[in-house]
Formats: sequence, structure tokens, C-alpha cells
Amino acid sequence: MTTAGSLDSTAPAIGGQLATFWLDGDLYGVEVAHVQEVLKSQGLTRVPLAPAAVAGLINLRGQVVTAIELRERLGRPPRPEDTAAVVIVVRLHGEAVSLLVDAIADVVDVDPADFEAPPDTLAGAGRELIRGAFKLDGQLLLALDVHKAVSA
Amino acid sequence: MDGLDDIVEEFLVESHENLDQLDTDLVALEQEPDSRERISSIFRTIHTIKGTSGFLAFHRLEEVTHVGENMLSRLRDGALELTPQRTSVLLRMVDTVRSLLASIEGSGGEGSVDVSAVVADITAAMEDAPAAAVEPPAAVEPPAPAAEAPAVPAPRPAPAAEAVPEAVPEAAPDGDAAPAAADTGGGQARRGVADSTIRVDVDLLDELMLLVGELVLTRNQIVQYVGRSNDTDLVRASQRLNLIASELQEGVMKTRMQPIDHIWSKLPRVVRDLGLQCGKSVRLDMEGRDTELDKTLLEAVKDPLTHLVRNSVDHGIESPDLRRAAGKPAEGVLTLRARHESGQVVVEVADDGAGIDPARIGAKAVEHGLVSADALARMSPQDLLQMIFLPGFSTAAAVTNVSGRGVGMDVVKTNIESIGGTIEVESVHGQGTVCRLRIPLTLAIVPALTVECAGDRYAIPQISLQELVSLDAEKAASAVEEVGGAPVYRLRGELLPLVRLTDVLGLTSDRHDGHVVIAVLRSEGRRFGLVVDRVINTEEIVVKAVGGQLKAIGLYSGATVLGDGTVALILDVQALARRALRTETSERQESRAAALRAAAGDTERQRMLLAAIGGARRVAIPLDTVTRLEQVRTESVERVGNREVVQYRGAILPIVRLDRHLGSYGESDREVLEVIVYSDHGRSVAIVVEEILDIVDGGAAVRSDIDDMGLLGSAVLGDKVTELLDVRAAILAADPAFYSAHPRQTPDGVPASLLEV
Repeated sequence: MTTAGSLDSTAPAIGGQLATFWLDGDLYGVEVAHVQEVLKSQGLTRVPLAPAAVAGLINLRGQVVTAIELRERLGRPPRPEDTAAVVIVVRLHGEAVSLLVDAIADVVDVDPADFEAPPDTLAGAGRELIRGAFKLDGQLLLALDVHKAVSA
Repeated sequence: MDGLDDIVEEFLVESHENLDQLDTDLVALEQEPDSRERISSIFRTIHTIKGTSGFLAFHRLEEVTHVGENMLSRLRDGALELTPQRTSVLLRMVDTVRSLLASIEGSGGEGSVDVSAVVADITAAMEDAPAAAVEPPAAVEPPAPAAEAPAVPAPRPAPAAEAVPEAVPEAAPDGDAAPAAADTGGGQARRGVADSTIRVDVDLLDELMLLVGELVLTRNQIVQYVGRSNDTDLVRASQRLNLIASELQEGVMKTRMQPIDHIWSKLPRVVRDLGLQCGKSVRLDMEGRDTELDKTLLEAVKDPLTHLVRNSVDHGIESPDLRRAAGKPAEGVLTLRARHESGQVVVEVADDGAGIDPARIGAKAVEHGLVSADALARMSPQDLLQMIFLPGFSTAAAVTNVSGRGVGMDVVKTNIESIGGTIEVESVHGQGTVCRLRIPLTLAIVPALTVECAGDRYAIPQISLQELVSLDAEKAASAVEEVGGAPVYRLRGELLPLVRLTDVLGLTSDRHDGHVVIAVLRSEGRRFGLVVDRVINTEEIVVKAVGGQLKAIGLYSGATVLGDGTVALILDVQALARRALRTETSERQESRAAALRAAAGDTERQRMLLAAIGGARRVAIPLDTVTRLEQVRTESVERVGNREVVQYRGAILPIVRLDRHLGSYGESDREVLEVIVYSDHGRSVAIVVEEILDIVDGGAAVRSDIDDMGLLGSAVLGDKVTELLDVRAAILAADPAFYSAHPRQTPDGVPASLLEV
């Protein structure tokens, strides 16, 4: 699963199933194979002096998992104070890392034929973390490069 | 006969296991006779048994395995083909080996087991393929030794060369009966050796350890929740859980424990060889060789320990001539000591050699550019010793193939720290050196202190913790002082540098009541105080690895889940000390530089220690010249000639009473004397004052050149006229040889002009 994932990340196009989520009004997707589980907002332990994108540590059934604030990572404004983040736990090379996102959405089957390079309008820090976009009905689905996203 | 040697026992256990495997392999080999791999595996097994039996002088065992090995090697090389007969012969060989082992286990010797028949059969089966055809019953016969007896005479003429079995040809039937008896009788005994121990994969133990760690955490949580309940049944059940979990933890930990002798046993040889090589005679003493510690840790300390031992032999212990000249016995003694001490294992490598010369260390350090000559003069001997742990440091005069390449002590230190241990070195020049390793008992579960800082909790491994000091606001205001811009606390007379955790972590403390809580920590042989907001608890924590992003920060050695389920970071005390104290040192150096600029006529600030000397006089002493503040009992003051001295840390410390030195007479009937100790180049003097008043910033002082004997002038400090002490004169009054003992007339610490504020 992880080997398949690392292969995928270098491939220009991807297909199959993506777990999708919302972040600052945009729809993003990560390969279902990477996703271990999705949790409600968790108590975070902050880590002083850590990079800004490290939101803290969470206790995942006794395992200590680093939480990455994806909004920070993608150069988006901070999440409004009154909304709680959703935690997506991904497993990469056997290590669990969690991503904080706004809300979880469906698992979507995507067709590599719909895949396109990242839209030119996409700018800033986030661009290199996006491998491309899938044109869904009335919605653009941005494919997140999980490996890059967690190497904060 | 009585009781088996350890080595024999190990051999038996191993061989029994191997033989079981052999049976399986041989049968499987019949199914796939071409499997080169299997033959090789069988060959290796037999070869191992042969080798060991030769070593242990079990000649018959060696003989039978030797011919078996020959046959197997030819099978392996394809020179022979595996036929059912040959398989049978090999199986019989295995049985014979088993009988021999049973006999060894039962009686300690090979007994009367006869091997000639099997040896003959194997030889026949190997050299003369038709021979097997001549007597097929023998080959097809099940490997019961007794049934073999009649078949023996036929092949025997061919390998008549077998000398040993030939001697007892008639004994064959007897010999065959014996193994049968030994088998039944020895069966019980074998259970004693082979079946009372099992080999367990270390990975499995690791996994068990992890699970137990989780259990301990869960136990902590439950105990914490139940503590709030008043359901007695629940409380009782949780207490029981508590107990069982602790016992289980201990039990699982024990499975991974091995006596330190496992790694020590190789050292006598190392010491002997190295001693010969260096032309030194060294005796190795070991104390506490049955001290146990976790297998993983044992592996991790092996190399550092060997390195320390080599170091001691090479650098520490002198050649016999030098030793005799120094009045020591020609034979050097290297002592290894291991013991359990408050949840840690302490391992010491002590030698009675030349010790480490701080002056030489200092000279080397300056030569290598590791430290400036200025900074060197201010370092305490203990700090100097710590420099041997700097990368690239070596005092060996010549690079030998043993040591002196300057890679070593820093690697030792890194290795020890990587397993959560610490290393200290103590040395008395001319008398010897002690390297002390403190190693946690186990890696997975460590006792830790949990503290709070800016609303978050952090864990500090207790291995580094020495004591806790709590000061209320009033006490804190007076007891926490600033020395050279860095906060210090006077802990029983010794200046303890303080590090505020909030500063290190870039946070803001949420404690505003002025209370100060100090965790006194030890790192690299030095102490420092970590100021935290609150101390919460001590608990056993399970160390969890943190992701790469957090490791890179270099302040956390891991994370853990606390009793209430929240995650807490584990502080890396060594890294903390390195980071905090380094900046502190550089700050101090800056302030020293500032002081020097001030001395050069600048009006920059200079910190002064204010002391009362009686008669309402106040004296200011530059803080830079103060090494320590001590209290000395008046009755412990002794006299040498017309000078007063006091015994201090094993040395004689000359005293100057400042009041008398400055021509004033204070109360001399005080029981306790306040003493300012000034040390430089290993010499110390004590300046007695009546009372330590304050530490003030001398920068804004109004100065005058009104002076008197022993003074440099006066200034207004803290709203009062204060005399500025001529420290140099005061020191010379106590110890006229203080500066002349050292070539430099003016020590770096005290430029005479420094005192002109």
C-alpha cells in the first residue's frame, strides 16, 4: 500500500479512488489507499519551536501522531475560530501522520482522462503540493501530494 | 560429573534444537534430493556440532560427526548422490549423536556409546556405493542402534583404519544397550536443560514490551479516574490491576534483562592484549558483574564501554617504570563497577593511572581552537574535564592504533546519550580517572517528572533530575540573582545557573505570583536549574517516537501519553543544557567583554557584588572575580604560620579577612563566616566578609578617587558610598604566591584596571 503510494506520487496522472475533503472552499482529494481513518477534532498538544504547519500532537489510541495544519501548509488563512477541524490520519511509509482539514466529503472515483495539470490560477505555497486537478461535474477536485504535504 | 559446565549446557541445548531440525531436513531432503540449500544447512549443523565437540574434547562425537560431515560435503558438491540408504545412514548418525548427547547430559561424559558401527556404515555408504546394496537390511533398518549390531561385522573390514573403536569391538552390543538406557534415564535430565528454556525472538519480546507499555498507560489512566470515584469495589479492582500491571511490567522487563557480564566477559582479553601491546601491566577487577540490564541497552553500551576500557589502558595507566617512580605498584588496576542505583544502572570504568591533567586539556583545547585562552582561565577543573567530550579532542601525544585519533570520547558520549544515558568523568591528576555511565534500566518505560510550563505539560526523565526547589515570591526575589546577565540561584552556596523553560521554548509563563519552581538537572557532569511554572507529578511514561519534523527541533527526545490521555513532550535535558547554557556562556562572555570595555574607559555596565565588612563599610567586588559564595564555620578555620586557612574540598584554602585587610574590625565572634571564593588556574583563595548584601549594576555609579590601602577608589552604588576593592591586593594578602605560581602575572579574570568602574 505504501509502495503503491510512493509510485503514485511520481506518476503524472492518477486514477482510482480519492478520499475528498473541503479546505477553505476548495475540494481536495488524497488516494484512499493512504487514508487510515478520519476522526473528529482531537485535543492537540502544541509543540513549541516546531514549524508553523505542525499544529501539534494527537493521541491516536496510545500512539502519538503529528498533526499538520493543511491550511497553513497550503498558504490559506487560518480556520475560523468557531469551527472545529477534522483529522484525516494518513499512513506513509508505515508512519501515521494526520492532516487537519475543514470537513470530510465523499470518496470519489476519478478517471485519469479527466486529470489536468494544476490550474494556472493556483498560486502561492500551495501550488507545489497539488499534483493536478480532476474536472468533476461543476467542481474541480485538487489532488493533494500527500508526501509533500506532510514533509513540513 | 556433578553439574554441567555452562558451555556444555549451552552446547547441549543448541545441539538438541539443531538435531530436531536435522531430522526434518533429512526427511525433506529425501523428497527433494537436489536441494543444495538443504544439504548445506544440514552440513552446517553437523559441522557446528563437530567443531564444538572437538573443542569440548568429546572425541567420539567428533568422530561420528566428522565422517557425517565428509559425506555431506560430498553430497553437497554433487560427488555423491543421495540414495535412501545414504539418508538412512545419515539418520542413524543423527541418532547416534543424540545418544552421545544424552549420555553427556546424563553423566557428563560420552559414556559407553559406541560409534564404530555408524562410522563404518557411513564410510561404506560414502566410498563404496554397492556396499549398501550388499546389505540392504542394514540401510532400510529403522535407526534403532540395537538392531544394527549384527550388521556391523560386514562393513568393518573395509575401514579397519578406525583405531579407537577397534579397541573395543566386542563391546559393541553393550554399547548399544547403554544409549537406550541413557535415553530413558537421560530423558528427564534433558528436559532439565533443553526444555526448561526456550528461545524467543527478540522482536516478540519487543512487541510484548510495547504492549505492556500500553497497559501501563491504560493502568495509569484508570487509576487516575478511579481515584475520583468512591465505589470501593472499583477502587479495589483498580488497585489490583495496578499491582498486576506492575508485576507484569517487571516480568516482561526481566525477560529482556541480561547480566552485564555478557559484554564484560570480552574485556579481560582486550585489556590483556592491549596491556602487552603498550608494555603495561594491568589487572582488571570487576564488581557487580551480575548487574542486569535490558538487552538492547547492553548492546548499545558495548562499544562505548570497550572504548573507555581501551582509553584507560592506553592513556590512563602509566608504564610500570613511571608508576614505580610515582610510588605506585607497577601493576595498574582497572576496575569495572556496575550497580543499580535509583532506577538506573551505573557503570564505572575506573583506573589508578595518571589521571587527566586539566592544564594539558586546557592547552590542547586552546591549541585546537576549541576555546579561547580567556575563557579557559575562567573554567573550573570540572568544566575543563568535560572538554574531552568535544569532537576532535585528543590529548594523546602520538596517534597510535589504539587511540589518539580524536574520535572517541565524543562518539562515546553521543552513543550513551542516544540511549537516554549520561556520562561523567572525574579525575584526580596523578591518582586516576573514573568514567561513570548512567544508563536507564530500560528504554521503553522511564520514570519521569511531569511539569507545567505556559499551560502545557512536559516530561523530564528522572535520570537527569537531582532535586526540586520551590521558592515563594519573597524568597525568590532575593535568592535568584543575576550574574553577568544570567539568572543564578545560590543552592547551598553553589551558584546554579538557571534556565527558564519558557525562554527556551519561546513561550510566556502564565505564572505571575512570583513563585519560582526549579528542577535541578544534571547534564554532562554539570548542574543547572530549569525554571518551570509548576511541578505536576512523577509517573512512569512510555517513550513514543516523534516524527522527523519534531526530532529536527532538537529539544524533545520523544513524546508520551499521560494518565489523562493528553500527549506530553519529553524534554531532552542534554540538548536543553547545551542550547541554554551555551547561549548563557556566550552572553557571559559578552558581558565580560563589556566589562573589559568598561575597564578601557567606557562607561558600560559592570556588575558588582556588594558586601558589608563591618563598621558600616561597604565594599564592591567585581562579580567576574567571584567564583563561588560559601559559608564556613569559624571553628573550622585553622592556622598555618600567621595565616588563616580552611580545609575546602580536599584542599587548603587561604583566607583573607577583608575587614582586617582594609583596616577595619568587625565582629569576630561570628559562628559562620561568609566567604567569597576566587579561583584561578586551580588555586583558590577565600575572602571573608561580614555579609553579602547585593549585586548591583555599577555602570551608573558616581566615582571618586578617594581611596585607601587596598582600595581602588570609591563609588556610589545603591545610593551609598561604596569602596571598590583592589581584588588583586586582597588575593595577594591571602596567598602571596597566587599569581607567581602561574607565569602570567595578571590573570585573565582580574585585570587590575577592571576595578575602575
